[in-house]
Amino acid sequence: MKKKKKLNWFNLILHLFFILLSACFVLPLLLVISASFTSESWLNSGNGLSLLPREFTTNAYAAVFKNGERMIRAYGVTMLQALLGTVSGCIVAGMAAYALSRSSFRFRKPVTIIIFFTMLFSAGMIPTYIIYAKYYGISNSFWIYILPGITGGAWYTMVFRTFFKSLPESLFESAHLDGASELTIFRKIVLPLSTPVFASVGFMTLVGKWNNYTTSMIYIRDENLYTLQYLLQRMMEEANFLKNLSQSIMGNVTMSTASLPSETLKYAMCVVAAGPMLLIFPFFQKYFSQGLTIGAVKG
Amino acid sequence: MGRKNTAVRRKSIWKDKGSWELLLLCIPALAGYIIFNYIPMSAALVIPFKEYKFSQGILGSAWCGLKNFRWILTSTSMGRVLRNTVAYGAWFMIIGPVVNVAIALLLFEIRNRKALKTYQTIITFPNFMSMVIVGYVTYAILSPRTGLLNQILTGMGMESVDVYMNAGYWPVILTIVTLWKGVGMGSMMYFASLMGVDGALYEAAELDGAGRFQKMRYISIPHLIPLVCIFTIMGAGSLISGNFDLFYIIPRNSAILYETTDILDTYVYRALASGTYAMGATVGLVQSLVGMVLVVATNLIVKRISPENSMF
Repeated sequence: MKKKKKLNWFNLILHLFFILLSACFVLPLLLVISASFTSESWLNSGNGLSLLPREFTTNAYAAVFKNGERMIRAYGVTMLQALLGTVSGCIVAGMAAYALSRSSFRFRKPVTIIIFFTMLFSAGMIPTYIIYAKYYGISNSFWIYILPGITGGAWYTMVFRTFFKSLPESLFESAHLDGASELTIFRKIVLPLSTPVFASVGFMTLVGKWNNYTTSMIYIRDENLYTLQYLLQRMMEEANFLKNLSQSIMGNVTMSTASLPSETLKYAMCVVAAGPMLLIFPFFQKYFSQGLTIGAVKG
Repeated sequence: MGRKNTAVRRKSIWKDKGSWELLLLCIPALAGYIIFNYIPMSAALVIPFKEYKFSQGILGSAWCGLKNFRWILTSTSMGRVLRNTVAYGAWFMIIGPVVNVAIALLLFEIRNRKALKTYQTIITFPNFMSMVIVGYVTYAILSPRTGLLNQILTGMGMESVDVYMNAGYWPVILTIVTLWKGVGMGSMMYFASLMGVDGALYEAAELDGAGRFQKMRYISIPHLIPLVCIFTIMGAGSLISGNFDLFYIIPRNSAILYETTDILDTYVYRALASGTYAMGATVGLVQSLVGMVLVVATNLIVKRISPENSMF
């Protein structure tokens, strides 16, 4: 009897702790959403943000959608580069990882070294920039989003390899004896058996590419090729950029500068840009943890 | 069966069609790594020894010996940048796993499946947000004019603070932000690993009269050690390079805050932005080399102590 009571106390504290912790995660997001619905004049008259919108208004959203061309374009660029980059990266890394998982592969050692050495040593930002921009000429073009990431990266290759190693090798050997080429085995046998690992790695890559802003920041000058996150970053960084933006958004409509949303517009843009994906991502989080734990097995 | 295998192994390399086909599967990846990783790497080994001018190219620029390296040693801001990088790197390397393991152990104690899923989903949420969005969130809290923090402070009759003008607050802010963003996924990995522990172990321990904390101490934590080792080895390089996103975005690249927010990575980025390529490349090379040594050395140490926990 006594023991049971003790157990409940522990549980109570445990749940209380996690409820408080969860609040620390939810409230800041709520603050941003509330900020986007707060009226600009409320802020201009010296008041601050709060968890519930003050002088509720959708002005900032109206401003965002009035001329949403730039935002839509950034969405398009982001989506296209994320999807293309993810698909190509998964295929390239998957093929290499399959070869590396086969014990009969004679060139396994040198190929492994070439791939995994990139985890230890990297060229660094500046030499990479010089080579890509000056010698390959892929800066300021859409290709910069796709080509350098085409390998899928050594870490994900390791995740794939670990997974493929867990498939019974006899499966491949019998197919091989039946005269199937390795490419056919990869396509017809390995791919269908490996949907969980492709889902994991694919999803992790997709999130990474969706959230990427550094590529735009370093390589892109053309505003039409910005990713969404970089567009947001520019808005945060530069007051002028924002001013131009809200002027182009409001167009000829004459508005007093006070009612021109600037601070709240930032937050509205942030919600519009981040919202949809943030609502979708958590549903896929199990793929995330799966992939990470597969990769953490000693290779 | 064994005989057939050895027969296959002895086959001449030219007749081993399977291996060539497998090599073919590696070609796209190998080409990618050579073009987009190894060629920049070879440039990284050359540029620090040159007086690099963008218009003259790598080969066209004049050699300058160790001038760039000497410049690093004499640069006034280098001491500060290096101190920040190493201090944050070491601190995050300790606090990260400690917090993640602690949260995973606590999550593991929750028996209510629904509550567990809810907590996990909520704390994992920031992991899917880009640092840019996290930057907006921190700004909404910390902004001097409209931020929530100052509302609360003035509400309680205290002086309001402008953290974007005061470098002293940033070690705390950056720690909170990095934990806030990373704890969900960090703990999730340890949690997933705990789920794999044979339940019979815990039952046996219970029969022997082990309490909650004894089970943690003698079953759960030892089970997580290999994973902690692997992540530490993998992250050993972060001692000399930090999370660029965190240090660039969250303090809003503000020069006033460099005292506590400038790390080698942000420093190199500024070199790129201002066109002092050779200096930045020199810092980058030293960083990469030291990082590599750190990873290999950590791995060696772990291998010495417990070989089964080493990475390679």
